[in-house]
Amino acid sequence: MTTPTVTARGAAPTAGVPAATRPRHRRPLAQWGFVAPAVLFMLLFFGYPLVRNVVMSFQHYTPKTFFTGEAPLNGFDNWSAVFRDALFGKALWHTLVFTAGSLLGQFCAGLALAVFFTRRFPLNGVLRSLILLPWLVPMVVSGIVWRRILDQDTGVLNSFLDVIGLDGHTPWLTSPHMALLSVILVNIWIGIPFNMVILYGGLQEVPRELYEAAALDGASGWRTFRSVTLPTLRPVITVVLVLGFMSTVKILDLILALTDGGPADATQTLGTLTYQNSFVRLDFGAGAVVGNVLILISAVFAVFYLRANRTEGK
Amino acid sequence: MSKRFNRRSRRAVIPLAVVCALLAGAALTGCGRQRDGSVYTVLNSSTDETYHRWDAEAMARCGERLGVTVEQQSVPAAQVMTKALRMASSKSLPDIVQFDASEMPVFAEAGGLTDLRTLGLDTDGVPRGIVNFGSYKGTYYGAARSVNTLALFYNKDLLHQAGLKVPTTWAELRETARKLTRGKRYGLALSAGGAEDGVFQFTPFMWSNGGDETRLDGPRVVEALDYWKGLLKDGSLSKSTVGWTQADVNDQFMAGNAAMMINGPWQVETLNTEKSLHWGIARIPVPRPGAKSVAPLGGAVLTVPDTGDERRERMAGKIVGCLTSEREQLTYARHSWTVPANEKAAAVWRGQVPQLDALADQVAAARSRTARLGAGWPAVSLALQSAFQAALTGQSSQAALQRAQQRATSGN
Repeated sequence: MTTPTVTARGAAPTAGVPAATRPRHRRPLAQWGFVAPAVLFMLLFFGYPLVRNVVMSFQHYTPKTFFTGEAPLNGFDNWSAVFRDALFGKALWHTLVFTAGSLLGQFCAGLALAVFFTRRFPLNGVLRSLILLPWLVPMVVSGIVWRRILDQDTGVLNSFLDVIGLDGHTPWLTSPHMALLSVILVNIWIGIPFNMVILYGGLQEVPRELYEAAALDGASGWRTFRSVTLPTLRPVITVVLVLGFMSTVKILDLILALTDGGPADATQTLGTLTYQNSFVRLDFGAGAVVGNVLILISAVFAVFYLRANRTEGK
Repeated sequence: MSKRFNRRSRRAVIPLAVVCALLAGAALTGCGRQRDGSVYTVLNSSTDETYHRWDAEAMARCGERLGVTVEQQSVPAAQVMTKALRMASSKSLPDIVQFDASEMPVFAEAGGLTDLRTLGLDTDGVPRGIVNFGSYKGTYYGAARSVNTLALFYNKDLLHQAGLKVPTTWAELRETARKLTRGKRYGLALSAGGAEDGVFQFTPFMWSNGGDETRLDGPRVVEALDYWKGLLKDGSLSKSTVGWTQADVNDQFMAGNAAMMINGPWQVETLNTEKSLHWGIARIPVPRPGAKSVAPLGGAVLTVPDTGDERRERMAGKIVGCLTSEREQLTYARHSWTVPANEKAAAVWRGQVPQLDALADQVAAARSRTARLGAGWPAVSLALQSAFQAALTGQSSQAALQRAQQRATSGN
C-alpha cells in the first residue's frame, strides 16, 4: 500500500513539469519506447524458439538439414510416430507420477519444516541455513553423489540399513519397480529447501494478532493452522507449487545423472525422451514433438494459475 | 529512500552499459572471426588433461613439420556430433573433426565429410577391418590413430589362490565366476548400463555366438542374453550391473569387489595406479571351444569435413596423414594404452607393451559396430539397451528382444 505513493511523489518533480510543456502526441511514442525492449526480448528469446519448435515438429529434420538447410514438411508423420511409440505413453505417465510425487513430498516436508522454524529455539538460524545446502549443490553433483549412496552393494544407504538390522539389499536404482520412486525421493530432498524458504517467508507475514485472537477463542494448534495459517498463506502456496511444477515437469539432468532413463526405461520422462530423440537418435522432428507436448502441459497449468490469481485479485 | 536508490542506480548504469557493449562486441567478433590462413583447427573430445596435452604435443610436431599452426578445440565426447552439426549450419566447420567411429557414419550420411583418398591419404599397411572401421558405404572418411576393443581382465592373485585357470569358454567363465564369488566379492563385473557402454559390452557375446544386430530377436542373440541372465542368476554378477558404466566396472575391479571384468585397455592407466593389484588380460571367452572370439572395435577416427575450401582441405589431409603416421600412432598408442591402427606400428607396439599382447590378437579379429547398419546404428543401439536391461531385471530375453527389433525397425 505504501510503495505506489512513494514512487509517485518521487517521480512528480522530474516527470511532471516537462510533460506539460511537451507536445501531447509524443507521449504514446515514449511509452512504446519503454515497452519495446521487453517486447523485443520476448519475441526474440521466447516467441521465435517456440514457433520454430512447433514448425520443426512438422518437418523431416535430420543431420542433413544442417548442411542443406532443407527440412521438408511431412505433415503429422512425426506426431503419429511419437504417439505410436509405446515409450511415449510410459514417459508421459512417469512424468506425471514424478511431478505429482515430487511436489507432494517437497511441499509437505517444506511446510512442516517452515512451521517448525517459526518457533524460537537455540541454533534455529544455523539449522535453517544448513537445510539450504541441497539447494546450493549443483543438480548433477547431487545426482552423482546419490547414485553412489543408493548403490545396491556398496552404497551408504544399504550399508546403514544393514548395520541397524534391516536387510540392506534394496535395489534402489537397479530395479525397474524401485527406480522411479528412488528418483522421486532424491528430487524431494533437492526441493525441500526451496519450499521451506518461501513458505517460511510467507509465515512471517501472517499477522500476530490473528494467532492471538485464535488463542483467545480457544482454538487448538491444528485448528489454528487450518483456519489461520493456511488461508493467509494461500498466495504463497500457489507460487511455490507453480514454480515447483515448472522446474519438476521438465526434469532431465537429475535423471540422466542417476539412471540415464533406465533400467529398462523405468525412469524415462518426457524430458529424457526429448533428449534421446534429438541428441542421440538425431531425429530433431520427433524431439520437437515431445518438447511441444511438454510446453502444452505447462501452458495448461499456466492458464489455471492465471485464473486462480485473477479470482484472488478480485 | 527512493531518491537515493535512483541516484545510485543511475551511477551504475554507465559502467554497466559499457560492460554490456564490450561483452556484446566480443561475442560478435568471436562469431565473425576470419580464419587465419595458417591456423588449422581440430575439434575433438580430448577434455581430459592428459589426452589434451598428448594431442597438443602431437599437433605441435605435425604443425612444425608442415609449416602451419594446429589448434585443438575439445568438447565432451557426447557433444562432438551436435557441436559439429551446429558448426555446419553456421558454415564454420573446423578443418578436422575427430569422431567416435560409431558416430562417423551419421555425419558422412549427411554429406559432411571428404573422401580421404582424394586428399592423398592411402590405406597401405592398415588392416582391412580398420579401414572398414573408418569407412562408410565403401568410402574411406576416417583415419584411425589407434583402436581399442574389449578383453577379459582378471585378478591373478585371486585366480591363483582358488587354483583356477583363465577361462576360455562361456561354460568355463560361468564356472570360474561362480567359484570366485565370495562374500561381498563378485566373480565377474561388466557394464549393462543404459548407454552405449552397455551395448559395446554386449556385442562380443552376441557376435561370438553368431548373432547379429540386423536381427535382434534371432535365436543367437537371445542365447547370448540368456547367458548374461544366467551369470546374474548365479550371483556371479552384481544386480547393479544394469546401472554401471565401464568406468564403474573398473572401480569395482580395482576395489577388489570383482575378481574378473570385461573392460577396455583405456582403463590400464588407472589400473596401474593400484600397485598391489596384479591383473592379467585374456580374450573374451567364446560360446564353444574353438569358436572365434569376435569383439567390437572402438576408438576415434580423424575426418576432414567438407568445407568447400580445397586448399585448406588438402592441408587438413596432410595433417591427418602426419597424425596417423607410424611414429605418431606409436606415441599415441603407448600413451593411451590402445593398439596402433597400422600393422607395422602394431607389431612394434607388441614388443613394447607385452602385457597387452592378448589385446592385439583380439583387435585383429574385431568388428565395427556400424559396418552393417551405418547411420542406422543409434536407433538399434537404443532399442538393444532397453532390451537387455529389461531382460536382466526380470523379463524373458525373447520377449524383450522381440520388442527391441520392432522398435528398431519402426524407426522409433
